[in-house]
Amino acid sequence: MHVHRLEKIWLSIGISMLAIFLVVIAATAFGMGMSPPSEHHHTIDPTQVTTTAPFDDPGLKQTGDNRYEAVMIAYAFGYEPQTLEVPVGATIDFTVTSSDVVHGFEIVGTNVNMMIEPGEVSHISHKFDKPGVYLVLCNEYCGTGHEYMKTTIVVK
Amino acid sequence: MKQPFDRRDGKLVLAHILFAFVALLLGGVAGMLQGTVRSGMITLPANIGYYELLTAHGVLMALIFTTYFIIGFLYSGVSHTLGGKLLPGVRKLAWIGYATMSIGTVIGVIVILLGKASVLYTFYAPMKASPWFYIALALVVIGSWLSGFGIFRQYMVWRKANKGKVSPLFAYMSVVTMLLWQIATIGVAVEVVVQLIPWSFGWVDTVNVVLSRTLFWYFGHPLVYFWLLPAYICWYVIIPKIIGGKIFSDSLARMSFILFLLFSIPVGFHHQLMEPGISGFWKYTQVVLTFMVIIPSLMTAFSLFATFELYGRSKGAKGLFGWFRMLPWKDARFFAPFMGMLVFIPAGAGGIINASNQMNAVVHNTLWVTGHFHLTVATSVALTFFGITYWLIPHITGRVLTARMNRLGIVQTICWCIGMFFMSGSMHTVGLLGDPRRTAYTTYDDHPDAILWMPYHVAMAVGGMILFIGLLILAYIVYSLMRAPKGETEYPIGETAEGAEETPRYLERWGLWVGIAVVLILFAYTLPVIDMFQTTVTSPGYVTW
Amino acid sequence: MAEIRPQAKQKSGALTKAELDKKEPGLSGTFVSVLILGAFIAISWIGVFVLFIARN
Repeated sequence: MHVHRLEKIWLSIGISMLAIFLVVIAATAFGMGMSPPSEHHHTIDPTQVTTTAPFDDPGLKQTGDNRYEAVMIAYAFGYEPQTLEVPVGATIDFTVTSSDVVHGFEIVGTNVNMMIEPGEVSHISHKFDKPGVYLVLCNEYCGTGHEYMKTTIVVK
Repeated sequence: MKQPFDRRDGKLVLAHILFAFVALLLGGVAGMLQGTVRSGMITLPANIGYYELLTAHGVLMALIFTTYFIIGFLYSGVSHTLGGKLLPGVRKLAWIGYATMSIGTVIGVIVILLGKASVLYTFYAPMKASPWFYIALALVVIGSWLSGFGIFRQYMVWRKANKGKVSPLFAYMSVVTMLLWQIATIGVAVEVVVQLIPWSFGWVDTVNVVLSRTLFWYFGHPLVYFWLLPAYICWYVIIPKIIGGKIFSDSLARMSFILFLLFSIPVGFHHQLMEPGISGFWKYTQVVLTFMVIIPSLMTAFSLFATFELYGRSKGAKGLFGWFRMLPWKDARFFAPFMGMLVFIPAGAGGIINASNQMNAVVHNTLWVTGHFHLTVATSVALTFFGITYWLIPHITGRVLTARMNRLGIVQTICWCIGMFFMSGSMHTVGLLGDPRRTAYTTYDDHPDAILWMPYHVAMAVGGMILFIGLLILAYIVYSLMRAPKGETEYPIGETAEGAEETPRYLERWGLWVGIAVVLILFAYTLPVIDMFQTTVTSPGYVTW
Repeated sequence: MAEIRPQAKQKSGALTKAELDKKEPGLSGTFVSVLILGAFIAISWIGVFVLFIARN
């Protein structure tokens, strides 16, 4: 198939650019631990969430030096526990599932943004370097009260 | 070019186009109201829900307007280029398809307006809508299949009668578009018929949520290419004729369509990058395949600029960009699709960002995404469809586009672009700040971050109102076209540039291309789907609205 | 019918590869246009990538 010389050059440039994007993504995802959330596959019976560990006792647990695990349940229309409080510089490993429909879990101003689905447990970690009241909101439509579904993380 | 359009085919095409515009107008009313609600300007009367409106808007615009317009447009071109009229059996099949889709649409709209299906047009389980909502969707899909079979039949009969000839470019592209649609809709059909309908009726208790989402997005991404390819047909085949130029390369145009067929389907995971239940390896694999589907768009960009430049130079344009001024800016049939092409540049750039694996976290489920597809489908595709309407309705009804209507078409295009600049521009910006999509008016208990989003919501609402004015102008143009003066309007089909090489025959070996498409789909989906069957537990349904 | 099936006409005008290479039309404006397009894509992508890294 005949291709104009300048089109060949353009396609080489364009395809190289896409290849570079892909390499940068792969290097940061697989080499520097920046993969999308929930790499670790973990299921749960969605009708038994409140009686299944660790969700029978949702909340914040210290797991190391300034490191915490937040076990949370997303439900229509809120999150349990209501508020979390951690010191500045803390890293939180979030472990979240849903006790009803699909929800979102987004912490505004951070890269924490993941889907919470019944039957699946979602995982993500984030280090909170700046103090403030972080807004956690549901960014997947989940019903009438969707716009009220939120919680906060206080970083002091 | 004196070939009047077959009257019986004209009725078929017109029925599709008018149905599409009624859906667009209703969807537009819903959209305009949403904008004013979200910005806090108005509150809806007690018994209308924001999410009901949102469901109606999405279904009517993204599914009904597009599908009807596309089928109508493809049938017009197939009738025109493959023998001048549809075979009687094909026409009948198309009408049966039309009736099936219309029954589905009417049922669907009623169920949505009754508040029995406020699940948005993505209807994610385990939110459980009325079974009639899913049946309505199934009818729309089945109807579109029948229409697709009609196009295949007309094409096969033409090829048998014209052995050794290369098929017309328009018909070839129509076949690719409908093949893409048929392969893609299998996913959503399985989801709706096998999973959701029995579950919604209560015949089974639970549903596999991750699998249902995967089946949806197996369909959901090629769906956007199903919208885009007919616009590309206009850009590749129609626009060269309208400006008085030539098609840059017939073979490259066909090749780009084949690449769309191959690479727009095995990529659905790039809509599921932030979810549990799918391994990072398969997410990245589909990201790579997604990047492959960018290549035919890079080819298209070159071809279109080349068509414009060659035309301009043939008219004596000088300098690097002299050709740009030679284009027929005052012709709405050119201007509307051209603005669509231009908008596709930021739209495409945004799409590459969305698909970039972990970078999706910045924009996932924020208003950025809404802004993105209001550029792709609601501007690039929609403006192109409007541009097509300006000659297609006159052609099939034996009328002409008057100078006044043409001017209104230009005004409509400008209005649309300004409205979209405000609406989509604000959506993109505020999305980067984290503002979620698909959310009614809220300040999250006056959280400072959310308060910061409010001015953008107002700009969105203003953009939405300008767009609504554009929609009213369009409705007026369509109404006027139906009563325009009698006359002859050409069906603009471009010709290939002189001295272009012969189109390679392998481009029409459908078995080969469909085979490769199937292999790619099996490669991208088999292992992750087996995994979903093995490890995922199922969920009961909920009505949360 | 030939005029409504323009693609069918190409056969007679077909040229060999060498002839095609020589007859390539000047498309410098097209080339610069697509390069601008490519630059736009790169700049947008890098912008969001930087935002992603900054928020990490």
